[in-house]
Amino acid sequence: MASHSESIIREPLITGRDITYAQITNEVLNPVENKPNKAWWIGFTVASMGALLWVVAISYTFWFGLGAWGLNKTVGWAWDITGFVWWVGIGHAGTLISAVLLLFRQNWRNSINRSAEAMTIFAVICAATYIVAHMGRPWLAYFTLPLPNQYVLWVNWNSALMMDVFAISTYFSVSLVFWYTGLLPDIASIRDRATGLRRRIYSVMSFGWTGSVKTWQRFETVSLILAGISTPLVLSVHTIVSFDFATSLEPGWHTTIFPPYFVAGAIFSGFAMVQTLLLVTRKVLGLENYITMFHIESMNKIIMLTGSIVGVAYITEFFIAWYSGVEYEQYAFINRATGPYWWAYWSMMSCNVISPQLFWSSKLRRSIKFSWFLSIIVNIGMWFERFVIIVTSLHRDYIPSSWVMFYPTWVDVGVFIGSIGLFFTMFLLFIRVLPSVAMAEVKLLLKTSSEQAKKKLILEGHLEPAEVQHYKESLVKFDSIDMSDYEKI
Amino acid sequence: MSSTKFILGLFDDPDDMMHGIEKLQKNSVPIYDVYTPMPIHGIEAKLGIKESRLGYAAFCFGCLGATVIFSILYYTLVHDWPMDIGGKPNFAMPNFVPFTFEWTILFTAFGMTFTFFAATHLFPGRAPRVMDLRATDDRFVIAIDAKGNIPHDDITNLLKEAGAVEVKHNDRKYVSYE
Repeated sequence: MASHSESIIREPLITGRDITYAQITNEVLNPVENKPNKAWWIGFTVASMGALLWVVAISYTFWFGLGAWGLNKTVGWAWDITGFVWWVGIGHAGTLISAVLLLFRQNWRNSINRSAEAMTIFAVICAATYIVAHMGRPWLAYFTLPLPNQYVLWVNWNSALMMDVFAISTYFSVSLVFWYTGLLPDIASIRDRATGLRRRIYSVMSFGWTGSVKTWQRFETVSLILAGISTPLVLSVHTIVSFDFATSLEPGWHTTIFPPYFVAGAIFSGFAMVQTLLLVTRKVLGLENYITMFHIESMNKIIMLTGSIVGVAYITEFFIAWYSGVEYEQYAFINRATGPYWWAYWSMMSCNVISPQLFWSSKLRRSIKFSWFLSIIVNIGMWFERFVIIVTSLHRDYIPSSWVMFYPTWVDVGVFIGSIGLFFTMFLLFIRVLPSVAMAEVKLLLKTSSEQAKKKLILEGHLEPAEVQHYKESLVKFDSIDMSDYEKI
Repeated sequence: MSSTKFILGLFDDPDDMMHGIEKLQKNSVPIYDVYTPMPIHGIEAKLGIKESRLGYAAFCFGCLGATVIFSILYYTLVHDWPMDIGGKPNFAMPNFVPFTFEWTILFTAFGMTFTFFAATHLFPGRAPRVMDLRATDDRFVIAIDAKGNIPHDDITNLLKEAGAVEVKHNDRKYVSYE
């Protein structure tokens, strides 16, 4: 049958009274079909000013060259690669949510996958701008492609940087295809409600989607296979990013723990960014019934788990440096923790290892304000992680006479702050023109996992009273449920 | 002779619509197609629609991607310009793995998705062939070709009995053309 009832002991994935299919369409499309509110304009103004700063800083870099950055002979990578790895890491959550959670049939992904995937794409765009910018002469970016050329030389396939070119470009384009294919039915919903020019634009964008049986059947096959291939893809991307470091002979980089440790860190920072965005989006767009406390708590649990994995990795790394008996390796780690960059190291440790442990408390895990605050802390911590790995390993190399500190210029800071502005500008435009929640997928949940469907089951009264009691107790944490509805039942 | 081209049964509940399909089939009324705002599980079996073969296409494209990039790697590193790097072998397979993997995924994703678009006639700018505008919103629509399926009133009654909230007799096949 089209719908079955889910076990009562599971928490609902959609809350609210008397929700209909039409209401889901109306509520999700509200920001797309109406003029934006004040909160959106304020956000957009601030974000686009940031994006403008990015344009200025990146143009300055292209005009004057990489000398505009604070790099020196010893520290050849600093804020650029820190920013690149930070953004790529953030760009992991979207595909993780849409692919891995689809394979595991975690239906709570349905309400958050769309915006998380959009975020992934924008984060990878930000990351790509760093790659192109740090080349110094971006118009020669095609040198990374295996094209026949006047030097009769091929690219260096043995380099991890070359693998990175393939991994990032594949990841970006596959994520884009996955996201856009999923958008087609929802764009068709906008099209069929619009008139005039809007209708024409959305009609072109919808590819002529109709929602016939065969279309849906193929759509589901495509989604499942894309999820199946995106899962190893998402794991491969940060693995390969970690090869950029791990295949070098630099103390502090040359470690085999890097691939799993980078992947865990990527999921950690990605979920933190999803939390940062969605807690605000849910409030501003009034999506409390679709992005519920259950979603927030589940994401906090993932942040706690991956934060713990990252913590274990930090400690393992330190231990192995000592255990290896290699002086250079040992010095690199002692220097990280107690050298001139001790403040960066301990910012990383406290933001990434200590703070997520606070989520063992269910009270903190369910507090929206605290979750938002902590997601920002994690974002900061993960930026410091990359900074610590890159700069502290480089700044004191094998010849003490070349030991230096790294000082960013205003251009370094401008490119970084600007890329955050660019990211938020793209995200804010996205929630204005495309549905931020996958409507078709949320509609699937209405008859199976919604609060109203479960309430109906309780009222029908063929359930174990103990299970019903357990269910009612689990509802208390939801900020979108009025518990007085449940007093009589 | 009535000018009705298509009879549409509009349901507001997917289970009622499934019930409607059963009723029509019991009365030997052929169903043209069904349009829904979300995927309905189990409907393909009921309508006798064959399983999608896109999985085979995906597999073939994956094999193609792996072959293409492996050939490029072999040609550049082993055949065209073998380099002596400290006497290490030119045909160093472990280095081939990341590239081969990435292009397998790339070709699978693009090949399969474009096959899906081609088979379903989806492309930017295609005029949407929509029978009812609410089929992408909150209506589950069963479409019946009116030609030869008479009397129309019997079909209307069948749909109504199954729980259709509205039955439309459309003179045009598609409503979406301007």
